[in-house]
Amino acid sequence: MFDFSELWAYRELIWVMVMKDIKVRYKQTVMGVAWAVIQPLTMMVIFSLIFGRLAKIPSDGYPYPIFVFSGLLAWNFFSSSVGTAGGSLVGSQSLISKVYFPRIIVPLSSIGVAMVDFLIASTILLAMMVHYGQALSAKLLLLPCFLAGLIMVSVGLGSWLAAVTVTYRDFRYVIPYMLQVWMYLTPVIYPLSFLSESWRWVMHFNPMYAWIDGVRACFLGLPIDLFGVAVSTVVTLIIFVVGLCYFARAERRFADII
Amino acid sequence: MKPAISVEGISKEYVIGNETIFGQSFREMVVGSLKSPFRKFRRLSERDARQDRFWALKDVSFDVQPGEIVGVIGRNGAGKSTLLKILSRITTPTEGQITYRGRLASLLEVGTGFHPELTGRENIFLNGAILGMTQNEIGRKLDEIVDFAGIAKFLDTPVKRFSSGMYVRLAFAVAAHLDPEILVVDEVLAVGDIAFQIKCLGKMRDVAGDGRTVLMVSHNMGTISSFCSRGIVLNNGNVSYSGTTEKAIEIYALDISGSIKKDISNLPFNGPGSVKPIEVQIKHSHGVGNSMVSGEDNEIVFELNAESNMDNVEMAFGVYDQLQRRIGIADSAAKRKSFQLYKGNNTVKCKIKKLSLGPGKYYLNISIRRGFELLYGVERCKEIEVYFGTSYKDEILPNRGPLIFDHEWSKAGKVD
Repeated sequence: MFDFSELWAYRELIWVMVMKDIKVRYKQTVMGVAWAVIQPLTMMVIFSLIFGRLAKIPSDGYPYPIFVFSGLLAWNFFSSSVGTAGGSLVGSQSLISKVYFPRIIVPLSSIGVAMVDFLIASTILLAMMVHYGQALSAKLLLLPCFLAGLIMVSVGLGSWLAAVTVTYRDFRYVIPYMLQVWMYLTPVIYPLSFLSESWRWVMHFNPMYAWIDGVRACFLGLPIDLFGVAVSTVVTLIIFVVGLCYFARAERRFADII
Repeated sequence: MKPAISVEGISKEYVIGNETIFGQSFREMVVGSLKSPFRKFRRLSERDARQDRFWALKDVSFDVQPGEIVGVIGRNGAGKSTLLKILSRITTPTEGQITYRGRLASLLEVGTGFHPELTGRENIFLNGAILGMTQNEIGRKLDEIVDFAGIAKFLDTPVKRFSSGMYVRLAFAVAAHLDPEILVVDEVLAVGDIAFQIKCLGKMRDVAGDGRTVLMVSHNMGTISSFCSRGIVLNNGNVSYSGTTEKAIEIYALDISGSIKKDISNLPFNGPGSVKPIEVQIKHSHGVGNSMVSGEDNEIVFELNAESNMDNVEMAFGVYDQLQRRIGIADSAAKRKSFQLYKGNNTVKCKIKKLSLGPGKYYLNISIRRGFELLYGVERCKEIEVYFGTSYKDEILPNRGPLIFDHEWSKAGKVD
């Protein structure tokens, strides 16, 4: 099984690696950390124009920018976690073949970086809500629970993909498409009510549905789909345990085949 | 006392002949994957069962006592790197197990994880964390590290703008301030210019003197003989010797001697070849083969084959370094010596007294003449490994030049 005590001993390294990635990202840029704000804002504007204005996708009565941003925020966390974690081991080849540390730190620090982006984007969302005159809901206090769900799916799936990519580099090309398709299959830029009543139940099999929906519900004060959360929790736990176990088993061979 | 490292029967198996994406042409690959897209996938997952296996290490066992400094030597491919990787836990052995008593750190490369975009200071913290230091610990040692590397002025400059010397100095400085109880090091010691190398050496001695357990791998017999209290010789994945450093070096030298078997009679040569060497060997007090020992007498034995009886045959050989520079020659004509050869095999010997060549790899050129007529000439026909015998204590500094003077030191004045 997974050696959590060792991971705890190396906890500082995760932080150092996250800081490294963030620092490196904005080195030698004029705008610097401002990019962390500009990127999600631009994305929100584009989605608002295309889906909100042109395609007129409903947003449950909320201003579409806020609606789409609250969904994108959560989805982006998941997608950039899984996307970067997936390729993270292959990208740190030289580290892995030259020095020992718990390998899981590599995908975990990718997720840490995504977490920082999530926090920045959340602040932007709060500012936008103030701008649109949206009241903050007490449900915001539940946000950490949904975030925990998101993190667990990301860790499980991200570390599994990272380990598999070491052997089968094909996944480097598969992951981006998988994430893109998955996003459109999840109510991120459209509400669940957009689907016809007879099809909504299918969505419960998508483990991302409840977490994305939950994060949005916390920000906008929408009702929480408890059945969805229950199903997603089970699926997430399975992904988390299976992902970590696979990683722990595959870890022993990384240095030989990377 | 319980050993700091005990290695019990470890073996490591590698699968050779990995997937051959590059072995086939791009067209074959595309056509092949269109015909049966999953074959490749299946092959990758089945390769363990189907491909050749290779044991890089086979049943290696040894103990290292606390405070011991053990040098691991062996030819290329003897399994040194694999052993290091297993000891530093980068990879796991296929069989066997290792028990450590104490905090372990390994140093297989200088500057692992350095990021070019980050500043010197940021890299110190990053590299330190990767090597297993806590941020607190690094913070405490920061001044010492910076001072040691001598880069105080550039501490906040991205390391991509560092000169390569500054870069390795900084990298070594971080590693040198690691305080593990057990240290596993590859041949990474001597970096930078001479002044810095001397500093590195001093630091390594301190580490060693502190009663820390060190296990190092090196091709440099000088490093091994001046640092290590014990030597382990690896040969084809097995421990062929474990004991005193001197004996280990001797065994290693014999091992490399035996390993180079180039058939000299098949080399392209100049001249008619009416006389040809069929074997060239070097004899010294530690054995016969392709190695020479500094400071001792070495005898080169040429086995020559002549097509007919001939007299006044002169012979010369030149010694070249790896950069093809001529280090010197020995010519029988210069010694007013010529030989009478008989049809068939003849043995000609040349004794070099108290060899003044420093350790390293050298090559021999041979020429055989009669007057001004070249009978046979060959270039780089033999590779020679020169190593320090026990007559010199080596200080592991490279670039000391190919020559070693046969010298003695004394101080004038009162005789005591």
